[in-house]
Amino acid sequence: MNLGVGSVVKNMSGARCSVSWKSNDNNQFPAGLRVLVVDDDPTCLRILEKMLWNCHYEVTKSNRAESALSLLRENRNGFDIVISDVHMPDMDGFKLLEHVGLEMDLPVIMMSADDSKDVVMKGVTHGACDYLIKPVRIEALKNIWQHVIRKKKHEWKDKDFDQSATAEAGDRQQKPPEDVDYSSSANEGGNWKSSKRRKEEEDETEERDDSSSLKKPRVVWSVELHQQFVQAVNQLGIDKAVPKKILELMNVPGLTRENVASHLQKYRLYLRRLSGVSQHPNGLNNSFMGHPESNIWNVFFSMGLSFQALAATSQLPAQSLATLQAAALGRSATKAAISMPLVDQRNLFSFENPKLRFPEGQQQLNNSNKQINLLHGIPTTMEPKQLADLHQSSQSFGAMNMQGNSRVQQNNALLMHMPQQQPSRAQMLNETNNGSQVSRLHDHVTASLSSNGIPGALLSRSGGIVANVRGPVHSPVSQASPIVDFSLNQNTELQNNSFPLVRSNSGMSTMTSKRMLQEEVNSDIKRSRGFPSGYNMFDELHQQKSQDWGLSGVGSTFDAITGTLDVSPSMLVQQGISSMKRNGQNGSSPISNAFSSSREESGNVNPMGGNFLTVKAEQLPDASYQNNFFPDQFGQDDHMSALLKQQESVGPVESEFGFDGYALDNLPV
Amino acid sequence: MEVGQLQRSFIEYMGSLFNEGFLDAQFSQLQQLQDESNPDFVVEVVSLFFEDSERLLNDLTMALDQPNVDFKLVDAHVHQLKGSSSSIGAQRVKNCCVPFRNVCEEQNTEACLRCLQQIKQEYLLVKNKLQTLFELEQQIVAAGGAIPMMQ
Repeated sequence: MNLGVGSVVKNMSGARCSVSWKSNDNNQFPAGLRVLVVDDDPTCLRILEKMLWNCHYEVTKSNRAESALSLLRENRNGFDIVISDVHMPDMDGFKLLEHVGLEMDLPVIMMSADDSKDVVMKGVTHGACDYLIKPVRIEALKNIWQHVIRKKKHEWKDKDFDQSATAEAGDRQQKPPEDVDYSSSANEGGNWKSSKRRKEEEDETEERDDSSSLKKPRVVWSVELHQQFVQAVNQLGIDKAVPKKILELMNVPGLTRENVASHLQKYRLYLRRLSGVSQHPNGLNNSFMGHPESNIWNVFFSMGLSFQALAATSQLPAQSLATLQAAALGRSATKAAISMPLVDQRNLFSFENPKLRFPEGQQQLNNSNKQINLLHGIPTTMEPKQLADLHQSSQSFGAMNMQGNSRVQQNNALLMHMPQQQPSRAQMLNETNNGSQVSRLHDHVTASLSSNGIPGALLSRSGGIVANVRGPVHSPVSQASPIVDFSLNQNTELQNNSFPLVRSNSGMSTMTSKRMLQEEVNSDIKRSRGFPSGYNMFDELHQQKSQDWGLSGVGSTFDAITGTLDVSPSMLVQQGISSMKRNGQNGSSPISNAFSSSREESGNVNPMGGNFLTVKAEQLPDASYQNNFFPDQFGQDDHMSALLKQQESVGPVESEFGFDGYALDNLPV
Repeated sequence: MEVGQLQRSFIEYMGSLFNEGFLDAQFSQLQQLQDESNPDFVVEVVSLFFEDSERLLNDLTMALDQPNVDFKLVDAHVHQLKGSSSSIGAQRVKNCCVPFRNVCEEQNTEACLRCLQQIKQEYLLVKNKLQTLFELEQQIVAAGGAIPMMQ
């Protein structure tokens, strides 16, 4: 039997049991285990289905990862375990693994004909609970129920002991008294007791964990919830974040400490993996930490690191990342004070970054060097060399972004729980010079970030960002796009306060602007240097303007921005980059693209298709701001000409580094 | 032909397939999976394999026919072929995949074409053998006999 594209075949028994597997007659345990098997190979899929059926499991099969994911989302409590192939055409198995782990918290078994150590290790780091080598034998499938039990046991333990990292070697057998005491609900306690009795009667050679009988309602870690979670974690500090405090900070009714604990555990593993990735150049990272990701890491972790590090390794091999990360991490402690202002901004990081304003940051920016207003976004480190380097990396990054578009879309949608955003994302990516802009911004941002002494803040922020981008990050294929998206989004939000004028829709601008913001906070005079070049860059960007830019929105955006003088750093960055490429303007308007979509500050959806924007509930205002700043670059349009006029007026201001003066007033509406 | 004779031929033929390496233990697993509820399981799965493999072999031919060969794509196809052939126990086909992937990595078009040729031959061989086997089964059933279970 052949499955159509994306088809999902329900279990062979025909009747889908909607209740927990555990409620089945325990004498037949583990019969009735609800398994979802995903494999694009129809032969293997059929064989697995039959094998699982012979194990008395309830089997649902899918030959498409996306269908499987939709199915899982529609039936959050409908499955106990997922088995997935590693190599699938529509989505990488590891990406699916990440999503499942993040959204549904189900055990996932990976399988592949590939038994190389790298791939197996990748499975481990991505959180797979097992890895099967094809051809899979039925004996291997008979015992997969252990993973379900083990996972539930750990959740139970988290709740009991409020530990985020439950010892894997924890006792499988829980003592009755403990269970009773920690029973969170009468039902669970009751189930546990009755199931325990039943289990004792069962003729099982292995001891089973009592917690296996407990069926805890699955908490859906929605975007908002996760955002709150990340905020809470960042507030507490990643090292001090304990479930109890996180729960208190989150203040979400109905959320239990054990929910938080298990989510925290995953989050920590995720962060650990992300940070650990860069440390192992030759390790598993290589497979999924492609260049795109390295760029993103630059964004996140390179703050405070010298740009040279980045420039030297324009492709950002793992080593450089490790260096950057190590440096960033090393500095985080010392930068605690400086990063304070950013902390609040961090809190704004989230999938949905609704707030575009960062009052605190904005004030800081305004209060700091007068010239900084416009320079906020200007990377102090922006120098021709750097720009050139950025260009290189951005190109590679861009290429990767392009490849990863589809993935990005998927990932972003999945992560953001905004599936509808995918198309727009695609648009955005397609419209812009796919990735080149993004990459540029990344590089630029990284560069600028490196000049900033905000490693701590950024790191913590990146932690949040990372969490957000969890999904895409893990996809081995160019994940740059998704990662960029997220980072950009987050940056945008940060930047919003400081760069009202920036209109670019692209997440990138947002990102850079955010970075800039941070730079500003810690800024030193170096930044001002970037301004002229930055401004030039913007001009160039404007000229390069992509047709996709919502120029119409530019004006409106500008109006919205009027209130805030902050120049989004991203804008400045772009300027810097654009200045570099003045000569070849039309050819490359990556940055302009990034900013192309003009957006209003609050909640505008980037016309660009909102890879980044759609993901977030609110648009990245920064993007819009940026557009305003560089009217020149919009010359190709009527809007462009209007912008050009603005540009001219902006010129003088440029020299003053005071965007305040020129930008808002002169930008055409 | 009488049932007993057919059955003996069947057993003999099956044995030769294992001995000559056309099939391996995984095929036995498939046979063990077959039961009353799925009496045609093996035929069903093998048919899936035939369809999938022919598609993959076509894709491989096309991919290697390009002026700029996309070796990643070729490798992906070979990987898939390896997975499906190993799942049904088509041992010799699976064994062709390993060197194929190596030459893919080396981006050696000539060698890839040779591997493709070899894998096509092995595939046709095992397809032929399995079809003969299934025909024998049908004859046994038509003659009123039971298909012998192989150990």
